[in-house]
Amino acid sequence: MRLGCAHMAGVEDLLKVEPGEGGVRLVLSGRLDADAVADIWNEALGAARGKVTVDASAVEYCDGAGSALLCELRRRAGGKITGLRPEIARVFELFEGDEEPEDKSRKPVDSPLESIGRVGAEFFEDLRDQVAFLGEMVVVFATFRGGAQRLRWNDVWITFERAGVQALLVVGLISFLTGLIMAFQAAPPLRQFGVDLFVVNLVGLAMVRELGPIMTAIVLAGRSGSAFAAEIGTMKVNEEINALNTMGLDPARFLVAPRVLAGILVTPFLIVYADLLGVAGGFLVMLMRGFPTAALWQQLTSAISVHDVMAGLIKGFVFGALVAGMGCLRGLQTKEGASAVGVSTTSSVVSSIFLIVVVDAIFAVVYYVIGF
Amino acid sequence: MGDDVMIQVQDLSAGYGDTVLLEHVSFEVKRGEIFVILGGSGCGKSTLLKNLIGLLPPLAGKVLIEGGDLATASGDKRRKILRRIGVGYQSGALFGSMTLAENITLPIEEFTRLPPEAREAIAWTKLKLVGLENFTGHLPAEISGGMQKRAAIARAMALDPQVLFLDEPSAGLDPVTSAELDALILHLRDALGVTFVIVSHELASIYAVADRVIMLDKKAKGIIAEGRPQDLRDNSKDPFVHKFFHREAA
Repeated sequence: MRLGCAHMAGVEDLLKVEPGEGGVRLVLSGRLDADAVADIWNEALGAARGKVTVDASAVEYCDGAGSALLCELRRRAGGKITGLRPEIARVFELFEGDEEPEDKSRKPVDSPLESIGRVGAEFFEDLRDQVAFLGEMVVVFATFRGGAQRLRWNDVWITFERAGVQALLVVGLISFLTGLIMAFQAAPPLRQFGVDLFVVNLVGLAMVRELGPIMTAIVLAGRSGSAFAAEIGTMKVNEEINALNTMGLDPARFLVAPRVLAGILVTPFLIVYADLLGVAGGFLVMLMRGFPTAALWQQLTSAISVHDVMAGLIKGFVFGALVAGMGCLRGLQTKEGASAVGVSTTSSVVSSIFLIVVVDAIFAVVYYVIGF
Repeated sequence: MGDDVMIQVQDLSAGYGDTVLLEHVSFEVKRGEIFVILGGSGCGKSTLLKNLIGLLPPLAGKVLIEGGDLATASGDKRRKILRRIGVGYQSGALFGSMTLAENITLPIEEFTRLPPEAREAIAWTKLKLVGLENFTGHLPAEISGGMQKRAAIARAMALDPQVLFLDEPSAGLDPVTSAELDALILHLRDALGVTFVIVSHELASIYAVADRVIMLDKKAKGIIAEGRPQDLRDNSKDPFVHKFFHREAA
């Protein structure tokens, strides 16, 4: 059976529908290749209703598409295909018993209610995994010793450099422009009340307490958390995680702990850097509006206390652990296949940003309650 | 080129950049033949296969598939040659995000005007050929390695190719699954007249399916033996061929 040349015949040359004994008789003829079958598929199957007989005595050639058409007609015609040439019949026998079985593997589509339930169940399963992961991390950090239990400091510094030094440009630019935009937006309305110097208070406090930590953590989630997820996810797909396990090396200690520790250490540094550049952006606007540097500096130091800086830095430690941990967790949760790594990477960024906002809200309430 | 010749390799040199693995290699594969390429690790088997299927241009010489040269053909001419061949990769190379049926309907959708229902029916027949008709809705990750190899053959058969190239089809399979795959290859050749070019060094499979083999050698940078596997095993005077077929250490 060979692939045929391009189909040249018309539909009427390939298929005739005639009245048959108590039903219809389909007469097929010519070369049943992919082009021919594309022309007659709908018509042939449309006609094959009720009692059908198929006369295939004039079929000269039949490729995979032709075989599929004959199978489908046999299924509908109840096995009454007559006149097949021996060489075509021999191939056709390969598909004997071709009543297409119900495919039990084909998963039924969920109803909306089932979908909601499934998403809810997955959410709580994920929450449980996150809590278990947190516990595992606590155990890992609490049990560092020498030998097989030692921390791989070299990996910590490499990750620190990748997540920190190489992020300086993007963190700096975003923070500087955020401070600049805030000052631009706030200065005109405050000027109406003659208090435009308080733009420094606004920019300084917002950057140090909220925007510096949040912007830094989000950049970290996009740059480093996703990279952790992709790296560990690829290792999972390539069975490198299994290899670590069978070598007696705990992936949590070997892969996750260095990244989480690097995240915890690097984020506060980046936040200080982001704070400084954010305030610098605000200062630039105020300098352009004619305020002297000394006045701006005095206003800033009177507005911001060590407590405010500490409030931002404490968030930094938590955000760093959260972003790095979420990246690693999503990497370890990667399933089979090439697309799974992409899914994990996306999920790490989305989950990190969601948790950053939730945790920041918790910080806001706690700081308010304790007067920090 | 005679009517019975499917593939003609003429004075082929193959390699990567300055690294030449094969020099002045010539052979023919006949229509309906199961032709096996043998050789030790690093002798250029996979490189030769890449030249045959047009993934790597020859450094010199020609590969003609029914007279068509993939290395120089372009556009419609190249697509016409590619439609005549199917390739089963060592890993299966099934698309992980698609079901088995979708893996098969993809090339049919791209190359024909068949309606979706017809494409699905063809996918079912191809999977029926390899005994996987009950797994149309499964993802590749949900089936075993042997089933993935069979599914890869079904996908390679999607457009009714005249020649199938298989890279290490038995690698990593248990003997029973490997024997089933051998039976499938013979079945497809006998029932559909498909020509097979197989890269392998699984002796049991080679004896089971091969009509003719060539053996490549790293030092010779070419073919050191050609013939029926049983003849090479029993009669070859070449020390490497002897060791290969008698599983002796070098």
